[in-house]
Amino acid sequence: MTLNSGILGKKLGMTQVFSPAGQLIGVTAVEVGPCVVIQKRTADKDGYSAVQIGFEDKADRKVNKPMMGHFSKAGVKAKRFLREFRMSAEQVNEISVGQEINIADLKAGDIVDVIGISRGMGFAGVMKRYNFSGAKATHGVHEYFRHGGSLGTNMTPGRVFKNRKMPGHMGAERVTMQNVEVVRVFAQDNIVYLRGPIPGAKNSLVTLRPAVKG
Amino acid sequence: MAGCPMKIFELEQEMLRPRPLPPFRAGDTVRVHYKIREGEKVRTQVFEGVVIRQHRGGLRSTFTVRKISYGVGVERVFPTHSPMIDKLEVKARGRVRQARLYYLRDLRGKAARIREIGVR
Repeated sequence: MTLNSGILGKKLGMTQVFSPAGQLIGVTAVEVGPCVVIQKRTADKDGYSAVQIGFEDKADRKVNKPMMGHFSKAGVKAKRFLREFRMSAEQVNEISVGQEINIADLKAGDIVDVIGISRGMGFAGVMKRYNFSGAKATHGVHEYFRHGGSLGTNMTPGRVFKNRKMPGHMGAERVTMQNVEVVRVFAQDNIVYLRGPIPGAKNSLVTLRPAVKG
Repeated sequence: MAGCPMKIFELEQEMLRPRPLPPFRAGDTVRVHYKIREGEKVRTQVFEGVVIRQHRGGLRSTFTVRKISYGVGVERVFPTHSPMIDKLEVKARGRVRQARLYYLRDLRGKAARIREIGVR
C-alpha cells in the first residue's frame, strides 16, 4: 500500500471465489477508497505527525460551515468520514494535501489489518456473549435454562470477583482483525476481496492498514 | 440475489465458467468428470448419479448428485462453476415432479428408480 497509511472503505458483503487450486474461498467484498488527504499533522504544530484522510463524498448542503472551510482548505469535496493515521515525519513529508489514496498498489496476496465496528447485539445473555452452556432443558430444571450458574463462592471471599462474565451489552465495538489476506483487487472498481469474514455490518466503515505484524 | 449488492454480482460474472455446462435438472442422471489433485498429478474422476438438487445463485450455484456405491448412498455437492469440473454428460433425463428429490434418500432398490423422458 502506498504511503504506509491506512485507507478507508465500506463493507459490501460476502461472496465466494475459486482459488487457483480450484477450491472455493469465502471472501468479503470491500469498496476501498479512493480516499484523499485532507490535512497533515506535524510535530511542530500538533505535537505528532499523521495524515488525515477522508472517504466518501457528502452533499455540500449536509456539511456545516466550519467543516466546509476545512475541506475547501484542502481543495477537495466534502467527505463523510475523516480518520487520522499516525506516520513518521518523513512519510508525512512525502505526502501532499489533496493527494488521492487508492488501492492501485494493493495486490492479491498482500496482508492487511482490518478494523471495523462489530455488529451490535444489544443486551445479550451469557450464552450468546460468552458461549456459556446454559442449563439442561429437562431433568427438573426450573426456569433456569439460559442462566450462567454460580457467580462465585460463599464466605471466602464473600464477594464476586471482578471481571466475572455476566450478561451485558455485546458488539458495536471496534474490532481489529490482523493479517487478513487480500484475495483479489479490482483496481478500476475500487473493490477488494478479503479472505474470510470481517467485522461490521454491510455498508459499515472499515479501515485497512498494512499488517502491523505482517 | 437477495440482499446482495449489484456490484458484487457484476464482479462475480467474470468468474463464471466460460463454457456453461449442458443444461440439466433435478432427476437427470449425469456423469461429472471431476479433476482431483494428487500431489503434483491431476487426474479425472467420474461421479455418476442422479441430480437431486440444484442450488441457483450465480457464482455460488451448486448441484447435488446422489448415487448408490456398494450399497451405501453417497451424495456429492459440486459447485457448478468450479474449474475442477472437467465436463458433465447428461446420461438420461428423468421425469420427476419435485425440484428437490430428497425423498430418494428414503427409497432403495427398485423404488428409487426414476422414469426417463423421451425414451421408449
